[in-house]
Amino acid sequence: MANYGLNDESVVVVIGSGAGGGTLANELCQKGVNVVLLEAGKRYGIEDFVNDEWNSFVQLSWLDMRTTSGAWRVSKDFPNLPAWICKTVGGSTVHWAGASLRFQEHEFRVRSEYGDIKGASLLDWPLTLQDLEPYYAKAEDKMGVTRTNGIPGLPGNNNFKVMYAGAKKLGYKNVHTGRMAINSRARDGRPGCQQIGFCFQGCKVGAKWSTGYVEIPKAEATGRLDLRPEAQALQIEHGPDGKVTGVLYADADGNRQLQRARIVCVAGNSIETPRLLLNSASSTYPDGLANSSGQVGKNYMRHTTGSVYATFEKPVNMHRGTTMAGIISDEAGHDPARGFAGGYELETLSLGLPFMAAFLDPGGWGADFCAALDDYNHMAGMWIVGEDMPQESNRVELHPTERDKYGLPVPNVHFDDHPNDVALRNHAYRQGAAVYDAVGAKKTYAVPPYPSTHNLGTCRMSANARDGVCNGWGQTHDIANLFISDGSQFTTGAAENPTLTIVTLAIRQADFIADQMAKNAI
Amino acid sequence: MKKRDVDRRTFLRGSAAAAAGAGLVALGPWADALAATISTKALSSRQAATLLVMTRRIYPHDRLEDRYYVGVVEAIDGKAAADPAKAKMLSDGIARLDRALGKPFKDAAAAQQVAMLKGMASDPLFQEVRGTSVVALYNQPDLWRKFGYEGPSFDKGGYLHRGFNDLAWLPDPPETASPKPE
Repeated sequence: MANYGLNDESVVVVIGSGAGGGTLANELCQKGVNVVLLEAGKRYGIEDFVNDEWNSFVQLSWLDMRTTSGAWRVSKDFPNLPAWICKTVGGSTVHWAGASLRFQEHEFRVRSEYGDIKGASLLDWPLTLQDLEPYYAKAEDKMGVTRTNGIPGLPGNNNFKVMYAGAKKLGYKNVHTGRMAINSRARDGRPGCQQIGFCFQGCKVGAKWSTGYVEIPKAEATGRLDLRPEAQALQIEHGPDGKVTGVLYADADGNRQLQRARIVCVAGNSIETPRLLLNSASSTYPDGLANSSGQVGKNYMRHTTGSVYATFEKPVNMHRGTTMAGIISDEAGHDPARGFAGGYELETLSLGLPFMAAFLDPGGWGADFCAALDDYNHMAGMWIVGEDMPQESNRVELHPTERDKYGLPVPNVHFDDHPNDVALRNHAYRQGAAVYDAVGAKKTYAVPPYPSTHNLGTCRMSANARDGVCNGWGQTHDIANLFISDGSQFTTGAAENPTLTIVTLAIRQADFIADQMAKNAI
Repeated sequence: MKKRDVDRRTFLRGSAAAAAGAGLVALGPWADALAATISTKALSSRQAATLLVMTRRIYPHDRLEDRYYVGVVEAIDGKAAADPAKAKMLSDGIARLDRALGKPFKDAAAAQQVAMLKGMASDPLFQEVRGTSVVALYNQPDLWRKFGYEGPSFDKGGYLHRGFNDLAWLPDPPETASPKPE
């Protein structure tokens, strides 16, 4: 493992070690680039993960102070937990479910495809599916995605059996155990899935791909990675020419350190990434870094989500086996006849009893609520992942008065559903319930969205510098040596889980950065 | 403790718990007897009894014995002991509740208690009790089995050979959709 000096101006500093940052760091190291990787959280090995929902939540989650506003129900039920994401080496790839779906061709050009939707700040991406296809292929190989590269699908669990039978009765055609970055057989030095059932709590056997124990050790093996856990980035500094020069961070002891850099790549997830740019405001950049468009923090997306659970006469035991065990893709396309733009995936999901009590109906209580929990082992469940409309008013902004322990403004996350989001969600609730009714559900439950796990779009890509924060390579329009390297780049959200696309963009960005460095362009 | 007391408590627990789910019987005497067995740090015995009634009314499960609700009240008591402001909020809230009813909440009729709780959604006492209960009640590992939740599985080798796909009341999906385990 490398150990670069704070004054070493030749290094690339990557902030955040999740799907974007962890992948980018490894890809750069493989190309011979020296990388300092700053991660706010601690480093855990798989032996540290716990099969216990609340204890794991406390171990892995980003629990630093955040506030919320807007009409979304999360703001009422979880006012200080807008997002359920991780603060640890590996970021949210530690607790992700593993679903690895490519975006559809039209989802890169939704402004053209959907037209002008009132209140939505839709924009076409500055790249196409064809641009990404070779990189999607590399990402799928890297992550060992099932049903690609000759890797068999995972075996379906009980929860999937219920979904499959109901979906087929409804006439759905595209139903299977998904494309998952979970080994269905031993691969890449990691074992096959043991159907443990705690995917969200960190995979105890490492069958699920995560940057924490896959990409980062590979980067360390090159001798070029200097990983610094418990290093909270505070500000990005710049020189008189406007280029960024380094990152001020607080180390594990709370001491401030300034790491010099040739290039800075920000991958702090879509709340911390814009917050860091905004907190880096200076006399040269009074509105924050890379913000001449005013778009930093804007167009926050979280996917239109929700869950459908159903109880049955006979047992299901949905908690056994992979959390996301199967998928229905028939509703993922764009079919305006349904009364909304965009589409959605339906994916099995299960929660343990402690989280089911917390999330089935947040704030719920009484005899009916308890009757649902009494049927816990007779319950099947699925999650809705749908495209949400970007809206400029949905945003991550600096709180006017609340400060963190370093004296910096905490982020406020503001979100309101767009009418299209509501229409899509209601359609998905109906279809999800119909799947379960088709196989004899006693009762179905439409469950509101959990705190956001898919945080997207707050530093979006745009062809034109006035419409967004970065170009098709994630390079900020304003500052050539400052990059956005996580889901913040997404111009729009698509209907698919975002991790595969984040990894794909990181691999592609690494090519670009290495090339630009070789040419001395940055 | 005299044996007669123990017998009386055992009787009260059994009968009141069975009746609690049906929502027919006043829980006051049950709660008073049970509260006397809890060693609290911040709450009075009377306050503990009130909270026992509240938690039983908020999360009524016939299948759960008293000790699980005692666990919740102990969790609330622990938070009150660590935070004087919280202790005062609980104490004031319970007093206000009793005043509003004109008699102790814990001794009111079941329907009256539920109606009262329904009107308290934004009340800090209710929020504290419900918010603590929903975690403290359902996060007791020895309670999970009663709901068919099996808890940690890694130490048992996961479910690959222990029933992850044992559901037999629906047809198995074809192998194209769901391959056999390798």
